[in-house]
Amino acid sequence: MAANATALPAAAARRSLAPGLSIGLSTIYLSLIVLLPLAALSWKAHGWQAVTNPEATAALELTLGVSLLVALVNAVAGTAIAWTLVRDRFVGQGLVNALVDLPFALPTIVAGLTLLALYGPRSPVAVDVSLKRTGIVLALLFVTLPFVVRTVQPVLFELDREMEEAAASLGAGRARIFLRIILPSILPAILSGVALAFARAVGEFGSLVLISGNIPFKTEVVSLYIFGRIESGDPGGAAAASVVILGISFGVLLAIGVLRRWVTRHDR
Amino acid sequence: MIGRYAVRFASLGYLAVLLVAPVGYVFWKTFQHGFGPAWDAVTTPDAVHALKVTLILTAIAVPANTIFGVLSALAIVRHRFPGAGIFNAVVDLPLALSPVVVGLALLLLYGRGGWLGGHGIAFALPGMVLATIFVSLPFVVREVVPVLREIGTEQEQAAATLGASWLQTFRRVTWPAIRWATAYGVVLTTARALGEFGAVSVISGRLTGETESMTLYVQDRYRSFDDVGAYASSVLLALLAVLTLIVMTRLRPKEETQ
Repeated sequence: MAANATALPAAAARRSLAPGLSIGLSTIYLSLIVLLPLAALSWKAHGWQAVTNPEATAALELTLGVSLLVALVNAVAGTAIAWTLVRDRFVGQGLVNALVDLPFALPTIVAGLTLLALYGPRSPVAVDVSLKRTGIVLALLFVTLPFVVRTVQPVLFELDREMEEAAASLGAGRARIFLRIILPSILPAILSGVALAFARAVGEFGSLVLISGNIPFKTEVVSLYIFGRIESGDPGGAAAASVVILGISFGVLLAIGVLRRWVTRHDR
Repeated sequence: MIGRYAVRFASLGYLAVLLVAPVGYVFWKTFQHGFGPAWDAVTTPDAVHALKVTLILTAIAVPANTIFGVLSALAIVRHRFPGAGIFNAVVDLPLALSPVVVGLALLLLYGRGGWLGGHGIAFALPGMVLATIFVSLPFVVREVVPVLREIGTEQEQAAATLGASWLQTFRRVTWPAIRWATAYGVVLTTARALGEFGAVSVISGRLTGETESMTLYVQDRYRSFDDVGAYASSVLLALLAVLTLIVMTRLRPKEETQ
C-alpha cells in the first residue's frame, strides 16, 4: 500500500504521456512565474551599503523585533482562541470561527485603513497608534491572527481526552494538566503557526503603508525601506535588501518543513 | 470554571478589539450618511476603472493558478522526479515572500534594462497580471496535495486496470475526489488576487485610471484626504472578502469529510 501511494501503475503510465506532461508543464510555469524574476532579483542586487547603512540596519532590527513580539503574542492569543473554538461552547461560536479567517480574506490595505479609522489620528476612542511602533504591532497582529489558530485548532480537536481525564482522576489541577499533557501535544502546531506568523510579519507591507508613516529609525520596517529605495531610484540596493529578507523567509520555510517532519514522526 | 470563562472572554475580547471593532467602524462610517454618498464614491470613473482592473487581474490569475495547481499537485504526489523537494519549496515561497520583493523582482526582470525589459510588461497590465499570479500561486496546490495523498491510488489503479485512459481516470476517479479541495483553493486564490497590494504597487506604476487596481485606489483616495472614497472602496473590497469568507465556511466541512 505504501509503495502504491507514490506512483501510478506502470501500465497506466506507459499508456499516456500525461504524467510527464504534468511535471514538465508545471515546472515550466513555476520557473517562468517565480524563479526567473527571483533570479533577476539576485543578479541585479548590488550596492551592499543599502543593507549595511544605519537606516537599513535599524529597519531590519525593528522588523525582526516587532515580528518576534507579534509571533509571541500570537502563540498565546492564537492558542487561547483555538481553545475557545474547540473546548468551549457558546452561542455564535460558528460566527467567531468564520471571523478568524477574515484577515486572510481582507486586503491588507483595507486592514491598515480600518485600524487607522478606529485607532488613528481621528480615533473616536481617543487611541492614536499611527506613526508609532504600537501601530505596526497592531497591524501585524491583525494580519497574522489566523496562523496559530488554524494550525492549533485541528490538533486540539483530534486530541484524545482520556489522558486528561486520567490525570484529573489522579488529582492533577487544570494548569498542571494543560502544561504537562495538552501543551506538549499541541506545541509543534503552535511553533509551526508561530513560524508562519513570523515569516508573514517580516514581509508585511500593505497593512503598514498607511499606519506606520515610514519614519526612518522609528517606524520604517524592511519592506517599506525597500519600497523607499525603489521609489528613490536605487533598485540595486533595494534588491540587495530584498535578498536578505528572501534568505530569512526561506530559512523560516525550511524550519517549518523540519517541524512538520518532526510532527509526523511523533504521530507514528 | 472561572478559568474557562476567563479564556473565553479574553479570546473574544481580543478578537473584538483587533478585528470586529475596526471593521465594523469602517462600515458604520461609510454608511452613516446613508447609502447614496457611498454608492457615488465607488461609481466615479476612476473607481469603476480600478474595479475593472482588479477583476481582470483576478480573472486571469485564478484560472491560470488553478490549472497549474492541479497539475503540480499531481506531479508532487503521484510522481517521483528529480528536484521534487526543491519544486515543493519553490511552490511555498510566494507565501513567505514580501509582496514588495515580488514586485521588485518583476520590475528588475521586465523593467528598463531588465533581461526581458522593453516589451510593455512593467508599468502596464501584463506586469500586474504576473504579480497577481505570483502571489496567489500556492493556494490550489496546498489544498489539493493533502487530499491526493489521502485518497491513495487504489481506485486509480483499478480504473487503469479496467482499461481507462489517463484522462478518463482523471475525469471519473481523481477529479471527483479533489473537486472540493480545488474549489477551496480557488476561493483562497481569488481572495489573495482581489486583495493584492504590495507587488502590484511596485510593478504597476500606479497611473490613476490606467494601471490602478482597487487596492491601489483605496490608498490613493486616503492620501488625497477623500475619506468617503477610501472608506467606500474599502467596504466594497471588504464585502468581497466577506463573500469569500462565506464560501470558505461553506466549503470547509465538505473538504474535511473527504
